[in-house]
Amino acid sequence: MTQQNQQDEKKPFPWHLVIFLAPALLIYVTFSVYPLLDTLFLSLFNTQQGESTFVGLQNFITLVTDDNWSDAFWNALLNNFKFFAIHMLLQNPIGLLLAVLLSSPKLRLSGTYRTLIFMPTMLSVVIIGFVWQLLLSPIWGISENFLYSIGLGQYFDAWLGKEGSALITLSFISVWQFVGIPMMLIYATLLNIPDDIVDASVVDGANPLQTFWYIKLPLILPTIAMVSILTFVANFNAFELIYAVKGALAGPNFSTDLMGTFFYRTFFGFQLQQGSASMGAAVATLMFLIILVGVMLFLFFVQRRIQRFQF
Amino acid sequence: MLNAHSILSVSKCALATAVVLSSAGMVNAAGTLSIESWRSDDANIWSDVIIPAFNKSHPDTKVFFSPTPPTQYNSALQAKLQAGTAGDLITCRPFDTSLTLYQNGYLDNLNDLKGLSEFSGVAKSAWVTDDGQDQFCLPMASVIHGFIYNKEIFKELNLSAPKTRDEFFKVLDTIKSESRYAPLAMGTADQWETATMGFQNIGPNYWKGETGRKALLDGKAKLTDKPYVDTWKELAKWKPYLGHGFEAQKYSDSQNLFTLGRSAIYPAGSWDIQTFNNQADFEFGAFPPPVAKAGDACYISDHTDIGIGINANSKNKAAARELLNWMASQEFAELFANAVPGFFPLSNHKIAIKDPVAQEFISWRDNCESTIRNSYQILSRGTPNLENQLWNVSAQVINGTMTPEAAAQETQKGLEQWYAPQQ
Repeated sequence: MTQQNQQDEKKPFPWHLVIFLAPALLIYVTFSVYPLLDTLFLSLFNTQQGESTFVGLQNFITLVTDDNWSDAFWNALLNNFKFFAIHMLLQNPIGLLLAVLLSSPKLRLSGTYRTLIFMPTMLSVVIIGFVWQLLLSPIWGISENFLYSIGLGQYFDAWLGKEGSALITLSFISVWQFVGIPMMLIYATLLNIPDDIVDASVVDGANPLQTFWYIKLPLILPTIAMVSILTFVANFNAFELIYAVKGALAGPNFSTDLMGTFFYRTFFGFQLQQGSASMGAAVATLMFLIILVGVMLFLFFVQRRIQRFQF
Repeated sequence: MLNAHSILSVSKCALATAVVLSSAGMVNAAGTLSIESWRSDDANIWSDVIIPAFNKSHPDTKVFFSPTPPTQYNSALQAKLQAGTAGDLITCRPFDTSLTLYQNGYLDNLNDLKGLSEFSGVAKSAWVTDDGQDQFCLPMASVIHGFIYNKEIFKELNLSAPKTRDEFFKVLDTIKSESRYAPLAMGTADQWETATMGFQNIGPNYWKGETGRKALLDGKAKLTDKPYVDTWKELAKWKPYLGHGFEAQKYSDSQNLFTLGRSAIYPAGSWDIQTFNNQADFEFGAFPPPVAKAGDACYISDHTDIGIGINANSKNKAAARELLNWMASQEFAELFANAVPGFFPLSNHKIAIKDPVAQEFISWRDNCESTIRNSYQILSRGTPNLENQLWNVSAQVINGTMTPEAAAQETQKGLEQWYAPQQ
């Protein structure tokens, strides 16, 4: 008997690992991997008129070059980038600011604030959409009277109904709802910073601003990077808020159309428009690719640099 | 937004859940029928009025009415039919949605159903193949468009229901200048009202009902022709009479504005009668879309909206046919019209309707010509979709962000891209 064989006998194949992992793996493959692959596959077919024929990349070419499709596609993509940009410029900085304020030992009732700010995150998007529609409604809403009472009444408008302002208003609503998540993540990281490092900077004569800028911020950068990538993924998958407030036609004149609503209209159809599973799959595949490329760029250019600052 | 889940997996899961749930809830014993429908509002009427009446003559057949919410109906039904778990009777949407089901073999051919003789060609048109040969659903109900008005406000301002367009705008002017009520209760936020209760409501008077609709199908008329541009021109004139901030006003807001008595005239579909009966505590009446000059021929949108067909895979087709034949009877027509005021039976029976406003709506059939919405038959089959385009451009015309001429050009351009007779 060689040594190799002896080792084999001593360490049999770890079947128990396979058995323990199997249920989770099975569920994951059935509900995540299989649908994803199936979608990618479906996007290569044409399923109109009940028959399905293999058309290769034709659906994607149609989507990007045919006027009927490409206008809607580029419009949705551009809107998605605007939606994402507003979240990056507002949600994450505000989340950071709130986290810094909350972590200040001098702040009283910080637990209460934390809960209150985090609360909207847990509500259903549909409820949020409904509540804000009521608040902003020119008919029943309180925002108009509120603006008049602080002397800004003449600036009130039907924001959710105007082409120029609808998408921005919806992004603000979404920022309001989800600002709790970056706040909580950054807050947790801030609490993890060892006190001795902060104390040392104080002893060295740094004022609170300098402590934040030179000590705390570099230490929480990895978290901010993670928050950014989460924001990116979630924003390019966004759908519910637009659908709840503006419907699948994302009016007025598609000014609030995101990739999600565009996908919904294409895949399931809308009113008299018949759904097209293959075109829908093509839209979904493009959404997937855009997110994939975004995440990869992030991992490549951002994540690698940030490693150096970690503890 | 930061909740990370993929819309793809959600939709797949939803479909899977729909299939699992529906198969779990299936009843398939002999002598049992179940009806798929999107009219969840009607569940009580079926269980309290219609099914007991049917059981008087057919005591052995058990009928279950199992509705799905309207927005999910098409996709849920599709999933159930594919999985073989759909009910025996399928409530049919008009035109292409049901036609596709028939072409894919999910609906039975009804050509030899004797109850069909009670219906006119127009009534059957929404559920027949393009060549007019095969009937696959029995017509059930139509909805009529017009205007519903608050009688108390009209009395207070000494107004009467307008018959011509000039009178209509005079009435609107009076309401606007002499009271604090919003003259018209309509918003553009949901977009569909502008096309359905705006464009398709006042339009038939311009394009002469069926004549214009058929001309569009044959390619003899274009959407850039005068009747269509004029329709949008009239819609553009509605803007000053709508409520403050109408761009963000949704369908339910418009209903509320009217039922709370803050608005005088509501561009309506007859299905609103039910809602208003429940919510408004004032008397309301209705008038048909005003014509150009007194005495002109009038046209109304009397839209075929609901049909009912038999699932091709049903195990109980004999009982299902019995039920359909009964649904073509005078008894059903009268029960249904009175139980659901605002949904009008399409059969040729003369029936008595008790609700005064519903009565007013159906009385227009006597002196005006009926037509259906012009984007529904064939014209919304391609890409871009005419119905969706009409929503968009009509809302924009009323918002003032698009001219009537541009609206006409855009929809015509859309139609020309895929519809051969228009090319």
